[in-house]
Amino acid sequence: MNRLSTWIMLLGPLCLLGSASAKEPAKEAAKPTIKVGAILSVTGPAANLGGPEARTLQMLADEANKKGGIAGHRVELLVKDSGASPEKAISLAKKLIEEDKVFAIIGPSTSGETLKIKGIAEEGKTLLLSCAAAEAIVKPVAKWVFKTPQNDSHAVRKILDHMKKAGITKIGLVSSNTGFGKAGKEQVEKLAKEAGIEIAANEVYEKEATDLTAVVTKLKAAGVQAFINWSIEPAQAIVLKNARQIGLDVPIYQSHGFGNIQYVKAAGPAAEGVIFPAGRLLVADSLPASHPQKALLMKYKKDYETQFKEDVSTFGGHAYDAFLVLSKVVEKAGADPVKARDALEGLRGLVGTAGVFNFSAEDHNGLQLDAFEMLTVKQGKFAVLEEGAAKKEPPAKKKK
Amino acid sequence: MTPDLLLQYLVAGVTYGAIYAIVAIGFGIVYNATGIINFAQGEFVMLGGMIAVSLQEVLPLPVAMLLAVLATMGVGALVEILFIRWLDRPTVLRMIVITIGLSIGIRELALLVWGEGVRSLPYFTGNAITVLSFGDVHVSPQVLWVLGTVAVIVLFLMLFFGRTRLGRQMRACAANQDAARLCGIDAKGMVTLSFVLAAGIGALAGCVVSPITYVQYDSGTNLAIKGFTVAVLGGLGNSAAALGGGLILGVLESLSIVVLPAAYKDVLAIAILLIILVFRPAGVFGNAATARLEEQA
Repeated sequence: MNRLSTWIMLLGPLCLLGSASAKEPAKEAAKPTIKVGAILSVTGPAANLGGPEARTLQMLADEANKKGGIAGHRVELLVKDSGASPEKAISLAKKLIEEDKVFAIIGPSTSGETLKIKGIAEEGKTLLLSCAAAEAIVKPVAKWVFKTPQNDSHAVRKILDHMKKAGITKIGLVSSNTGFGKAGKEQVEKLAKEAGIEIAANEVYEKEATDLTAVVTKLKAAGVQAFINWSIEPAQAIVLKNARQIGLDVPIYQSHGFGNIQYVKAAGPAAEGVIFPAGRLLVADSLPASHPQKALLMKYKKDYETQFKEDVSTFGGHAYDAFLVLSKVVEKAGADPVKARDALEGLRGLVGTAGVFNFSAEDHNGLQLDAFEMLTVKQGKFAVLEEGAAKKEPPAKKKK
Repeated sequence: MTPDLLLQYLVAGVTYGAIYAIVAIGFGIVYNATGIINFAQGEFVMLGGMIAVSLQEVLPLPVAMLLAVLATMGVGALVEILFIRWLDRPTVLRMIVITIGLSIGIRELALLVWGEGVRSLPYFTGNAITVLSFGDVHVSPQVLWVLGTVAVIVLFLMLFFGRTRLGRQMRACAANQDAARLCGIDAKGMVTLSFVLAAGIGALAGCVVSPITYVQYDSGTNLAIKGFTVAVLGGLGNSAAALGGGLILGVLESLSIVVLPAAYKDVLAIAILLIILVFRPAGVFGNAATARLEEQA
């Protein structure tokens, strides 16, 4: 039964794909078709990023083509699976730029891959709209490289601010040995020092970790008041379970990589009370109607969830934003890459899923600290963290 | 370090060890009957977990697990009949290539069927944060379920290979296929049976460990690497040795975290594997000449 329905879900989009391409020859667009490459980790350890991203892009491209394309340009989407491997991302990027001669590349999904192909996009003078978080992607600024997710340094600042308010001074830090984990770890190390917070235990684990009891035991031994986990793998959920199992009852902070309800479901009751910064997509329902992002978030959420029968995640949102930025640029400057790039740096006040983008020649991300909201998990759902919630938590650990 | 902390590290080690051991046992069975390493063993573990998770949405947990084990046994039989049976005295290299190919094929199929999502069965007892506490040492009941399952499997295999006619026939095939065939044993059937058995045990392992490790279309590979290490460490083909090897490696890995960064855990595992392969290729508990025959030891 279940397998049957999965097959139907799988075949559904394929049929859509077929019908979309079938229409192509019939309608001869006057304006040239825009080829958009996408390097996403649809499989592999970061599959929960690349999967929703690929589905989102396909949905948006189909939608745009149904309306006759972006400002008359039909969109041809070429999704390539990198399996989160930087080496594969490099060869895919070269192929997309040199052979397919794409107009722009969306992705890759992970920071490690993006940093590896930054130079290739520069050399090939091809727009790269990364869906990865590390600040190093846009700092120093590379002429052709942009990114849509919020900066990891902003996430770290948000977390440390919250800790300071809660009176936490001694923390543990655990991260996975991936580009995302390393970049986050460096940011925490740097900014914690500035904030006067001591990192008493600092552990890196392999990205395929299946149990982290020993790691959290080390945190417990170090007597930390709270800890931060920085990863995007299933280990995010595993670390929660293991910490609670060994009775490490301190507040747990996660990175914005936690923005996928799958992990909350996987960790069950262990996910309750986790604090993490994320874009507002996850709490779109509870935003006031007057919020500038409300309408866009609700539309994306509804479209995605009806088409793919799964919960929307912030990762798909990053791809959504990348496509949105691209459409705006094409509307403004047409299919000329150089003009499009210049137009991108002039985009201001663009409402996306991650926040309101204000690009400039110096800022190729365009998001501010306020793009993040501190969220928590309440009864298995994401919720906006109410001020002072963390203060309530430390006394609870004294029950032993 | 306080005794409580030391015990907590040991508990972590036993958890790792139990997971490794339950995966390792499956390697031994196929090796026993055929002398080959089935690199698709991890995929049996993944399939067991995945199928059980899917079925569990509509069926009670024990029924879902039983059906998942049976279904995976079917896959095991199919794999052997389609890809292994018709080979006439295949070389080791050929077998490695075939089973690695199978492993990739099954993984990709699983990706198509289930997508890339992370799933898990519910905890058999309580939930993700239920623990049994001994002073300040805490252990998840699921770890005990895994250990219990390993114990039952080891006992079952000992009795099966030592006491039953079928088990003895399988061992005879492993010792000398031609001689076994001359005695009227269906040698090809025995090889199929070993794949079925290994698939079933792998699937059961996948069900029992999935609440702890989660299951994903590609989670079999990583489990298989550790399982293989442990199987070699203990002594290939002997399931009690696999349990011993698992516990040794698990505890070593866990204690290594006290002094080394956690990311070095795998370095340690591979280093141990290399040392064993060089100095004691038959495994810590193994005996080179009898390794393949002495399942009941």
